[in-house]
Amino acid sequence: MAFLEVKGVSKHFGGLAAVDKVSLEVNQGEIISVIGPNGAGKTTLFNMLTGAHALTEGEIIFDGEPIHNHTPQEIVEKGLARTFQNIRLFPELRVIENVLIGMHIHTQYSFLDILFRTKKFRKIEVEKHQRAIDILDSIGLKQQVHNYAVNLPYGDQRRLEIARAISTNAKILLLDEPAAGMNPQESEELLEFIKELRDQGYTIILIEHDMNVVMNISDRIVVIDYGKKIAEGLPEDIATNKRVIEAYLGRSE
Amino acid sequence: MAKKLALKNNTIVDWISKLRNYYYAHKKVFFIALAVLIVLTPYISPSQYILRIIIMVGIYTILALALGLVTGYTGQVSLGHASFYAIGAYTSALLSTHFGLNFFITVPISAIVAAIGGLLLGLPTLRLSGTYLAIATLGFCEVVRMILLNWQSVTNGPLGVSKIPRPSIFGYELTLANNGLYYLMIVLLILTTACMIAIVRSKMGRALKAIREDELAATMMGIKTTYYKVLAFVISAFFSGLAGAFYAHLIRYIDPNTFVFDTSIMILSIVILGGMGTINGMFLGSALLVSFPEVLRFLQEYRFVVYGIVLVMMMRFRPQGIMGGQKKSNYQFPSGTIMNRNTTQTKFSLSQENSVEGGV
Repeated sequence: MAFLEVKGVSKHFGGLAAVDKVSLEVNQGEIISVIGPNGAGKTTLFNMLTGAHALTEGEIIFDGEPIHNHTPQEIVEKGLARTFQNIRLFPELRVIENVLIGMHIHTQYSFLDILFRTKKFRKIEVEKHQRAIDILDSIGLKQQVHNYAVNLPYGDQRRLEIARAISTNAKILLLDEPAAGMNPQESEELLEFIKELRDQGYTIILIEHDMNVVMNISDRIVVIDYGKKIAEGLPEDIATNKRVIEAYLGRSE
Repeated sequence: MAKKLALKNNTIVDWISKLRNYYYAHKKVFFIALAVLIVLTPYISPSQYILRIIIMVGIYTILALALGLVTGYTGQVSLGHASFYAIGAYTSALLSTHFGLNFFITVPISAIVAAIGGLLLGLPTLRLSGTYLAIATLGFCEVVRMILLNWQSVTNGPLGVSKIPRPSIFGYELTLANNGLYYLMIVLLILTTACMIAIVRSKMGRALKAIREDELAATMMGIKTTYYKVLAFVISAFFSGLAGAFYAHLIRYIDPNTFVFDTSIMILSIVILGGMGTINGMFLGSALLVSFPEVLRFLQEYRFVVYGIVLVMMMRFRPQGIMGGQKKSNYQFPSGTIMNRNTTQTKFSLSQENSVEGGV
């Protein structure tokens, strides 16, 4: 059985089917890319996976358990974390605080521990700070720990978002256009980093427009157009798929 | 002219940064000096009038710290904090005048009653955002005032509650004259500040700040936003009630007019002027705003015009408040955190820890 199974999910906004009976399977340790023209429903699909939108129909099974119609908080705890298409960091907080907030769900001490600064509290705080530094180090942001998120260059902000998603102890990372707005060198570095994450055991679902990134990195590609899945397969098959080319470039008369 | 001004400005900045460096180098000295100053203040202060103003500054600092948790840290604007102040004051006043209970028993009860008020208001309204929440809390403030005015059999209506006993410890009365009230204020203020600092420097404080910065992103990080907003509101109401109870026993007479909308605005002004999301800003803000009308007394009826102009100028030139905004100092890691560990090891510990902690 696949790690994440999406079975015939739909999302209707009034009369509009933003996502229409899409099914896909994701295996552990895979990089899956979801591509499609603007407005095809990719981000809506992500919103459904992370619980931001309720499903109109269908089910989502993660690691053997249904997660559709759970709250976003419950879904993060189960191990799905995301980044946002238009960066949504906590801008006026420091880089390290952004990562620590990602660790919120598994920072476990009680309110009394907070008030009385118990041994347990201090131990956990040191542990979490230590791990936050390690994560920032591995993503190349250690020099920026004291900085405020809003002051970071664009590429660093994208990387910080990934760091924050990792810090939730997620097993599946949903990256919504991580290379958007990056220069070729930055997106090259990002590509390497995402591959490294996969090698460390993360499963990655990617929305991306940069075809260079998509073709180089994906184990499989899923193509969505007008809310429907129109193709799925290996990168080289997708690149020559007639329906995909039609969706992107239009039909030849 | 402009150049001269810039030069002058620069020297001030230099001077402040020098002072700041000196402060970091001699933190202990500053701390001891401050403690000595706090203890000696009543003996230095030239009159009881001044001491009374200082105590009022303390009360407003507690109120501002309380509101600061909701507005400064969590980003939820409340215009109803005068109501929790009122609930605390009336609860303590009525319990001590009717049942003769000691101040040290009525104060925690009043704070808890105010906290329950906070829960009742917070549960339904904190799902609202921005202006809607502000109006809902404003409405609550009016409801509480109307109850105080019209439930005459209990609150004595517009006549208020008088002859509220002074706080006493084992029969020893704390008054202005023997400085007891001043030291009591200091104790309550330290208690409040300590709680706020503890909350702010923990996962709860980080969750509150995350909600302020981006509520949707906070939700996606697994933070139960409604729970934390209500919790912050309840804690805030608790300390506002505490301040109210102390106020009742300080002035010894309370009526509904003390707890009007103006009081809410005053507290909010302190939070904004002092700097949202700061602790020390609350002290500075309330010291300035509470003492201002007294300092400007020589201007007579014009003083509130000047007061208003100062607030407007402040918002124009430093909207983040005196202490607010990004700090130049580094983030303070908890002691025991090691910044430079072996990097090659940490890189591959990512997934390992992931599997170990996965079930937590």
